[in-house]
Amino acid sequence: MKRDLMGIVGAVALYALLMGLIESEVIGAFWQLNIVLICINIILAVSLNLITGFTGQFSIGHAGFMAVGAYLSAVFTVKLGLPYIVGILAGAAGAAILGFAIGLPTLRLKGDYLAIATLGLGEIIRITILNIPYVGGASGLMGIPRYTTFTWAFFLMVITVLFIKNFINSSHGRACISIRENEIAAEAMGVDTTKYKVIAFTIGATFAGVAGGLFSHYFYIAHPASFTFMKSFDILTMVVLGGMGSITGSITTAILLTYISAELASYPEWRMVIYALLLIVLMIYRPQGLFGNKELSLKLFSRILGGGQRGAAENK
Amino acid sequence: MALLKINKLTKEFGGLKAVANFNIEINDGELIGLIGPNGAGKTTAFNLMTGVYEPTSGEMLFDGKSLVGLKPYEVTQRGIARTFQNIRLFSDLSVLDNVKIAYHFHVKYGLWESVLRVGRYYSEEDMIEQKAMECLKMFKLDDRRDEIAKNLPYGEQRRLEIARALAAQPKLLLLDEPAAGMNPQETHELMEMIRWIRDELKLTILLIEHDMSLVMGVCERIYVLDYGSIIADGTPAEIRNNPCVIEAYLGEEVC
Repeated sequence: MKRDLMGIVGAVALYALLMGLIESEVIGAFWQLNIVLICINIILAVSLNLITGFTGQFSIGHAGFMAVGAYLSAVFTVKLGLPYIVGILAGAAGAAILGFAIGLPTLRLKGDYLAIATLGLGEIIRITILNIPYVGGASGLMGIPRYTTFTWAFFLMVITVLFIKNFINSSHGRACISIRENEIAAEAMGVDTTKYKVIAFTIGATFAGVAGGLFSHYFYIAHPASFTFMKSFDILTMVVLGGMGSITGSITTAILLTYISAELASYPEWRMVIYALLLIVLMIYRPQGLFGNKELSLKLFSRILGGGQRGAAENK
Repeated sequence: MALLKINKLTKEFGGLKAVANFNIEINDGELIGLIGPNGAGKTTAFNLMTGVYEPTSGEMLFDGKSLVGLKPYEVTQRGIARTFQNIRLFSDLSVLDNVKIAYHFHVKYGLWESVLRVGRYYSEEDMIEQKAMECLKMFKLDDRRDEIAKNLPYGEQRRLEIARALAAQPKLLLLDEPAAGMNPQETHELMEMIRWIRDELKLTILLIEHDMSLVMGVCERIYVLDYGSIIADGTPAEIRNNPCVIEAYLGEEVC
């Protein structure tokens, strides 16, 4: 509880700092956009990490759930004229229902079979949307008001991270992790593996829906091309690079990769080359991801620092 | 009353009858051995009892209720816990977390309580931690609590697996070759431990084992399985002199 409060205080402090910088125009429009994008990417990466990293179910259809959230929330705000929060909640609920409905049959599959099935499902969602004239078809749903502000993105990101962190650090979370570790043993220990796989998948899909809502209400448009499997791979890359089963790892890479891609925006022809090289180098030297399945915490810092001091003392 | 009563249990894999007409009856508090040559169907019988396979025919009654058609996790929740022939730990998790997971189905706090950190979350988590530590202490693994399971020496991994199974608080414990890969010294310690668990925790234990010194030393009654059927049962002394058993293990005398 204490640590949760400290985390929230830290988040508010960070928010105040960034908000101050934005208000005083130290952070310009370009970086402001990227900060919002970072928040959205953190939500996506952390929610996919719950499915892929913690529960061990390889999913590459995350952009599909994001698309559902993006479109559904936009339909609620644009077509039905409802408030933004209703739109976000509707998008999240829609993605959750779809996640549940898709998870139930597909999560019987394992490993690469599941990956292919989720890849296909992501595409099915996108192509279905592409063929619904009500939401604009191939030209996308336009004229979405920019309701997403830095504040919305930031606090929804904080809620997502807290939700998933608390879920993981509970008996229910441990049940999910036990599935990743050894499904047969988990079952033999009384864990209803199907139930927990579906729960993890549904929670992950819900937050992808939230991220979608933030996304479409920031960029004025929900377009099918934003939610191709390339987007799913982007999210998966963040999870794998950060470390499967490390929330702080996902956050770090979401920030890092969004930042790199923003920095490289002025060299579009080099962007993908450098990006790809970075991935290759990281996978060679840190195949378990930046943090593996460890979490970055103050405790870890103090251990490293403590170790350093001890080392220094011995050197004397 | 019999705790576990299995009647005419049969499992066919295509044309192969892995287990045929398997009958067994275990009373509360007994320590039973299940032996048989390689490929006799011992592990298949375990897998049938724990819901990994569904039997082709036959019935299994545990505590008076049928086990047929239950999923493995439901069998565990009914009160049967098991270990595996090839150790199946949650190998990247700490020793403590391995044991904690076994308490999962006793947990009453819900998903929202864990996310919002309200209600029963803290009290139950404290209780789980306390119980898990007690369990580890019983198996002398408490000083290893933060060790990653896969880094433990082999013997301790075996112990941890038994500790984890007991943490699920079963009435019946199934041990699949607990002494596999152990040296005589470790086997002897294991034997003491199994007897101690039964006496201390008032459990019923059924174990598969190839190490005859362990089976003969610790079991009160032994069932012998060959080609999927029970060919003999009785006390260790009876089994040792049973001609059918000797034949199953060593073959017929050629005259």
